Amino acid sequence: MCGIFGVMDKRRQMMDGSGIREALSIMNERGSGEGAGYVAYGIYPDYRDCYALHVFFDNPGKSKAIVDATLEQWGTIEHDEAIPTCDQPNLKANCTPWRYFFKPDASLAPGSASPEKDVVTSIVMQINASANGAEIVSSGKNVGLFKASGWPEDVADYYRIQDYEGYIWLAHNRYATSNPELWERPDPFNLHDWSVVENGKTTTYGANRRYVESFGYNCSTGTDSEVIAYLIDLLTRKHGLGIDLAIRALAPPYWDEIDRMPEAEQNLNRALRFAYGSATMNGPFTVVAANPDTMIGFTDRGKLRPMVVGECGDRLYIASEETAIRAMEPCVESIRRPAAGEPVIGRVAP
Amino acid sequence: MAKQVTIDAKGVHYTPLNQQIRKAIEDGADEIVVNNVLGQRFIGNGLRGNATIRVNGVAGGDLAMFMSGPTVIVDGNAEHAPGNTMDSGKVVIHGSAGDAVAHSMRGGKIFVRGDIGYRGGIHMKQYETQRPILVVGGSAQTFLGEYMAGGLLLVLGLDGAMKAREIGSGIHGGEIVIRGDVDEACLAAGAKKLPLTDEDRARIAPVIREFAADFGLDAEPLVKANYTRIVPASARPFAGKYTWE
Amino acid sequence: MSSNFGSMPLRYRITIDREQCMECGRCVENCPYGVFRWDGNRILINSRNCTACHRCLTYCPRDAIMLQEHPCDYRSHPVWTRAVRESIYNQSRTGKIILAGMGSVANLPIIFDHLMLDACQVTTPPTDPLREPVELRTYLGKKPSKLDFTQKPNGDVELSTELTPNLMLETPIMLGHMSYGALSLNAHVAMARAAKETGTYMGTGEGGLHPGLYPYQDRMIVQVASGRFGVNVDYLERGAAIELKLGQGAKPGIGGHLPGEKVSADVSRTRMIPQGSDAISPAPHHDIYGIEDLPQLVNSVKEATERKKPIFAKIAAVNNNAENVAAVARSGVDAIAIDGFRGGTGAAPRVFRDHVGIPIEVAIATADQELRKQGLRNEVSLIACGSIRESTDVIKAIALGADAVYIGTAALVAMGCRVCGNCYQGLCPWGIATQRPDLVARLDPDVASKQIANLIHAWTLEITELMGAAGINSIESLRGNRDRLRGYMLDEGLLEILDVKSVGA
Repeated sequence: MCGIFGVMDKRRQMMDGSGIREALSIMNERGSGEGAGYVAYGIYPDYRDCYALHVFFDNPGKSKAIVDATLEQWGTIEHDEAIPTCDQPNLKANCTPWRYFFKPDASLAPGSASPEKDVVTSIVMQINASANGAEIVSSGKNVGLFKASGWPEDVADYYRIQDYEGYIWLAHNRYATSNPELWERPDPFNLHDWSVVENGKTTTYGANRRYVESFGYNCSTGTDSEVIAYLIDLLTRKHGLGIDLAIRALAPPYWDEIDRMPEAEQNLNRALRFAYGSATMNGPFTVVAANPDTMIGFTDRGKLRPMVVGECGDRLYIASEETAIRAMEPCVESIRRPAAGEPVIGRVAP
Repeated sequence: MAKQVTIDAKGVHYTPLNQQIRKAIEDGADEIVVNNVLGQRFIGNGLRGNATIRVNGVAGGDLAMFMSGPTVIVDGNAEHAPGNTMDSGKVVIHGSAGDAVAHSMRGGKIFVRGDIGYRGGIHMKQYETQRPILVVGGSAQTFLGEYMAGGLLLVLGLDGAMKAREIGSGIHGGEIVIRGDVDEACLAAGAKKLPLTDEDRARIAPVIREFAADFGLDAEPLVKANYTRIVPASARPFAGKYTWE
Repeated sequence: MSSNFGSMPLRYRITIDREQCMECGRCVENCPYGVFRWDGNRILINSRNCTACHRCLTYCPRDAIMLQEHPCDYRSHPVWTRAVRESIYNQSRTGKIILAGMGSVANLPIIFDHLMLDACQVTTPPTDPLREPVELRTYLGKKPSKLDFTQKPNGDVELSTELTPNLMLETPIMLGHMSYGALSLNAHVAMARAAKETGTYMGTGEGGLHPGLYPYQDRMIVQVASGRFGVNVDYLERGAAIELKLGQGAKPGIGGHLPGEKVSADVSRTRMIPQGSDAISPAPHHDIYGIEDLPQLVNSVKEATERKKPIFAKIAAVNNNAENVAAVARSGVDAIAIDGFRGGTGAAPRVFRDHVGIPIEVAIATADQELRKQGLRNEVSLIACGSIRESTDVIKAIALGADAVYIGTAALVAMGCRVCGNCYQGLCPWGIATQRPDLVARLDPDVASKQIANLIHAWTLEITELMGAAGINSIESLRGNRDRLRGYMLDEGLLEILDVKSVGA
């Protein structure tokens, strides 16, 4: 199945993409050469106050005007350009990656606690839901997502990710089961702050999708990581749950365990399952997700997928295999394998 | 010495108000005076015991619903369905009341000095010693005693003509007694008129006297007055409607 | 009045293989309908009285009795079917509305049978429920849509949302509301014991609560119907939850009545009405004439029980089901039971039973959808009922959006019922739908409760296996998970309404 990898530097020390490329490609046995992707935080310091929108155009000549018009309706485009790429013999490009640096007009989402993100969310939902030849693949501040159909090293070289420097990187090596030709399909998935990579496949996509869609999200890709990104955004940003409780809601303890907890904890866990039963994820999965301040990893409560955590100085690593961590950090100081449902939460220093 | 508790209901939602009343009864109050009632629902709802609750103001819907024992006296009007599914106890309303008064009531007494709305006494029912009584001082509206399955429904018509039509629609138990004559055309299918016998009069006389006493009326002219008694034509009003597959 | 129809063709014919028969007379003893009688030392048969209840066959030690349905043919005709013709004969003779027992006999496609379940193969592993937990525990009641926390000085967060009362079920299968009166006390006791044993609940129906069921009251959902039979504050307080019956799938829009002959001394005590009088349930609750009256009744019941119990409402599935459900969800109830058009009944007018309402599969799907659309899904639990026949119906109903199901007829069948549909006669030879003491005594509550408990256990095991195969280890992950269903030979319009993809998609 798939291989995933995440690294963060708690003091925001930058890492270029070359090490991540190494780490991901050492897990090529887990992939099928039909999809890989990278997302990095901190790569656009010059536009740190803008939402960086990475867009795949089937044909920029046809679709770009639609995206331009939509963005101008909702805010200001500070700058836009094609994402620099470098053709690879093994990659057949079928879309044109583009990036916008965009400032949403907060006054268009009155009454919201996070109006800019609401505006960006609705732009992403609107554009991705309609068949207009444009797909927004990432939409956060100072964050960018690079993915394509191919082996990790080819995708990395195509986007020249060694030229980018970030303090959090997530990466995904895909074993395709559907739509191998679609560049927007492989993980990572991003919605403004949050990026998600997943190893596995939940059995609850339908239930989770129905749940997030009742809050206005629109699942256009049909992938787990899209639903997971929306679930995390909903629970943390809209419902104000701390990330630890949000993870608890997504992968809750069994009732038997809850029954044995002290009363206050029992009430809390019961309440989480009551409120978020439809958000609960089942089936095999390891999820690594990040926002500008945090990187998290968690597995399904039956522990059907692997997760290895490494630490070295200020760096926190989460990966499907220890080898991936050692490929990037040969002298890693500690390696552990958290239990099912035990979340890994790393925070960057304020 | 009777213990009296006074509660000011001004601006209080019914849930905390009913909690206060319940608490007062638990603490042994014999009489609870609730002032400034303005439409709070469910007063006396599900209460047991024999306390008296005096409601000053307009009692909201379902007054004394499921009540089993206490007495509720309303100095004012009552909304929809006072005495709904009431078990025992007494409700005295010095004003008028809305529709479906004494709905499905199975025991106790409801005395309304003024008028009641449509479908008064609907589906009142009795079982052994439990026999609900609804007495209306004024007039009742149409569908009086609809589906009635037991008990006594007495309308005194003290304030003018009786307005009810379709009286006793689907009645299959109990009796409706109305002062004066009732036009046959006002009776619904399944109901039939009978003259009031001396035995009947003896049975309703104590009820009339109690009602008169509660409202300071002269009982004896009412006891002696002419009444029409309406009873079910059959205990099985719909039996002839169906055949089996 | 006589008619010119004479003898109608027999519905069933009973024959006795005289070579096998040893004239033991068990058939004579067992048949309350009078099919068999002694004539000297020979047993005579009157097939006209037969209801196909199978009691005689069951008790014949020699398998000598045989039953044939429709032994006499009519001229076959696709339009003027036997059923159509017999209804006309009946009504032209009597001039009356035809009443019939049990659920719809309309030969319409059953959507459940056209929904296929999913299983994991290579992209995800199945869970083996024998070795790894698969949770069926179900909580029925209002759930918070989001949680509030307060921050303590030491930085810990503390839950400040208060949970309202929920019922905890060990399995999402409950025993539906069938009244004492319609059913015998032994049948009720059997169901109550089974509910207790299997960690679930049973509905009282609208007939009150017999003292014999008090030991099981914490497993009872007490029903308040339009007739308010047996309803007082004591009854409300005894129940684990209270259900307001607003409608019934077998006869949406009309009330019902228990005929006086079924109102025995005991039934009269429980219903609190005189013995032998009809127990008439009006069509509406006469304190609910507008939707704004429903919250009044809900709150009245809540106030009477100090807001300690979940309140359910049961409605029949009709055209504007989604709107009805959303309206009820706003009334403050904690769960809504939706009764599909195939729901059972002791007796209902045939035209209602077979022609009014919509299927439970559609009703649940549209209810779940509408509640989510209006942000009300956590306000109420949804209970599917009306022809839940087997464990796969349960799992499909939940995947369409239900939280749990009520079973009715299936529980009766588990006690021996043969679905003969003659409940209204009050002569149930199995002791289930009767008040005649000698017939009631035929149903041993110990045996019958074991059979019902076995059925619930067996279905629970099957559900666990099916969930495990689908890689789902908790029931809430199945709820509304229509992605795990596929429609087989369902038309596009229906698939869209169900929000289920076609097989192969």
